[in-house]
Amino acid sequence: MAQARAAVVGVGTTAYGRLPEYDAYDLGMWALTEALKDAGLGFADLDGIIVNRIPDYQRFCEIAGIDPSFVTITPGHGRFAAICIEMALQAVLSGRCRTVALVYGNNGRSAGAAYGGESDSYGSGGGAIWWPYGMTSPGAFHAMMMRSHMAQYGTKPEHLAELAMTFRDHAGLNPQAVMRKPFTLDDYMNARMIAEPLRLLDYCLINDGGVALIITTAEHARDCARPPVHIRGAALQTVFANSMFPPEDYWHGAVASVTGRSFREAGLGRDDMQALMIYDNFTPTVMFSLEGAGYCGRGESGPFVAEGHLRLGRRYPTNTSGGHLSESYMQGWALNVEAVRQLRGDCGDRQVSDAANVHYIAAAPVCSSIVYSRDPS
Amino acid sequence: MTAPPSESAPSSHAPSPHAKPRPRMSPDSKPFWDGCRRHELLLPTCEDCGRAHLPPGPVCPFCFSDRLAWKKASGRGRISTFVVVHKEWFPAFKPDLPYNVVQVELEEGPRLTANLVGHGGRKPVIGEAVRIVFDTIDDTLTMPRFEPA
Repeated sequence: MAQARAAVVGVGTTAYGRLPEYDAYDLGMWALTEALKDAGLGFADLDGIIVNRIPDYQRFCEIAGIDPSFVTITPGHGRFAAICIEMALQAVLSGRCRTVALVYGNNGRSAGAAYGGESDSYGSGGGAIWWPYGMTSPGAFHAMMMRSHMAQYGTKPEHLAELAMTFRDHAGLNPQAVMRKPFTLDDYMNARMIAEPLRLLDYCLINDGGVALIITTAEHARDCARPPVHIRGAALQTVFANSMFPPEDYWHGAVASVTGRSFREAGLGRDDMQALMIYDNFTPTVMFSLEGAGYCGRGESGPFVAEGHLRLGRRYPTNTSGGHLSESYMQGWALNVEAVRQLRGDCGDRQVSDAANVHYIAAAPVCSSIVYSRDPS
Repeated sequence: MTAPPSESAPSSHAPSPHAKPRPRMSPDSKPFWDGCRRHELLLPTCEDCGRAHLPPGPVCPFCFSDRLAWKKASGRGRISTFVVVHKEWFPAFKPDLPYNVVQVELEEGPRLTANLVGHGGRKPVIGEAVRIVFDTIDDTLTMPRFEPA
């Protein structure tokens, strides 16, 4: 079995919700301060920093008063959580950096962020050529995929409802979650249509918030305040050609590829996972991820979810924080933090018993898979 | 494949609240839009492997040959998926809500995104056979849409 060489040693999150007095820098700094405290490290210990969605890296480092040897800034696309983690791994594993901070700050709710119409830049922005037909928003893009999946495999709105209700029930156990009140199948079916077949409760929650992670080598991780959570495997796969159209395989090939590569690197498999964190900008993305990663057969995600396997206490508790649908849309970052907290046993009422390995998956034009483990091998 | 820029081509795709967005006509896509004005569906087609593709680009995305030519397509295809939009993303679409957007797989292979018209307001059906219709917006823009075949 492969020996882990890198680990997450600190995680930090802000409150989520409507926080108009904070901008993205403030939120990122709040999260980073928490993450450093968690790790038992100080600002001066950072020699690498990767900022995401915060407008400017220089300003952020100036506020922190740090001069890291490595810095970069990445676009505020959810797929970039895993890309940033991959960059941090490369930095510490190559020996170029010792301790890298990844900092995400999002004031989208207070800033009135919208993901359709004239501000629609989903993916490459290439889909803007369909605006003259009224085609806009990542939600409509995923609605097209779900409509096709329904026709091809018989997936039903009731299946999506069970997924959304599961994550809401998990959020009810998470004091940090923005939406904690359970809802029923009737509530789901009666919620307003946005991009049919997707309804309001199929959509994530745009909020203000910040998230930070501290990544270092396994060797240095032993000196930190909390038990390290090891990154045992990670992989990325882009799907850019023809990406102004929804992928006809629902990203199955790319998710299967990243899952396989990250599992091989980890020396682990699906049977070894105690929980899943799946990027849930919309309910269908979770369905496609489950199929691509092989947790259910191709086209079988609807019935699989309806059987309740993703609920706490069942085989693959998924998005135990409530995820983007019910905790807050922190673009993959908070799901990675939830993986770490589950493996440290920090999750209180929503703790998965004896969690040793957690799998993060994101299905998007950049698909990603990360395997987190309590043990280094 | 790249045609010289046209002085008269509308270039703005930033819609005003009163008008529906217009397509950006790039040097690469101008032959497509010029064809629509003549009620012809033209697709960039590879002279080496014979396959048509969209969007237009410098080489064939299947075999990377640069021997490309615009060829007239049949205008027939099938609906591969669709969405019914209920949210008012563009103010100019408000009177149309809810409206359909269909994705059509053309006989020649490439997909186009457009609207289904002439169907009596019923929902589109995946797999449904459709044919192209040309909707003249003004002197400089004709938009392809689809109707049941």
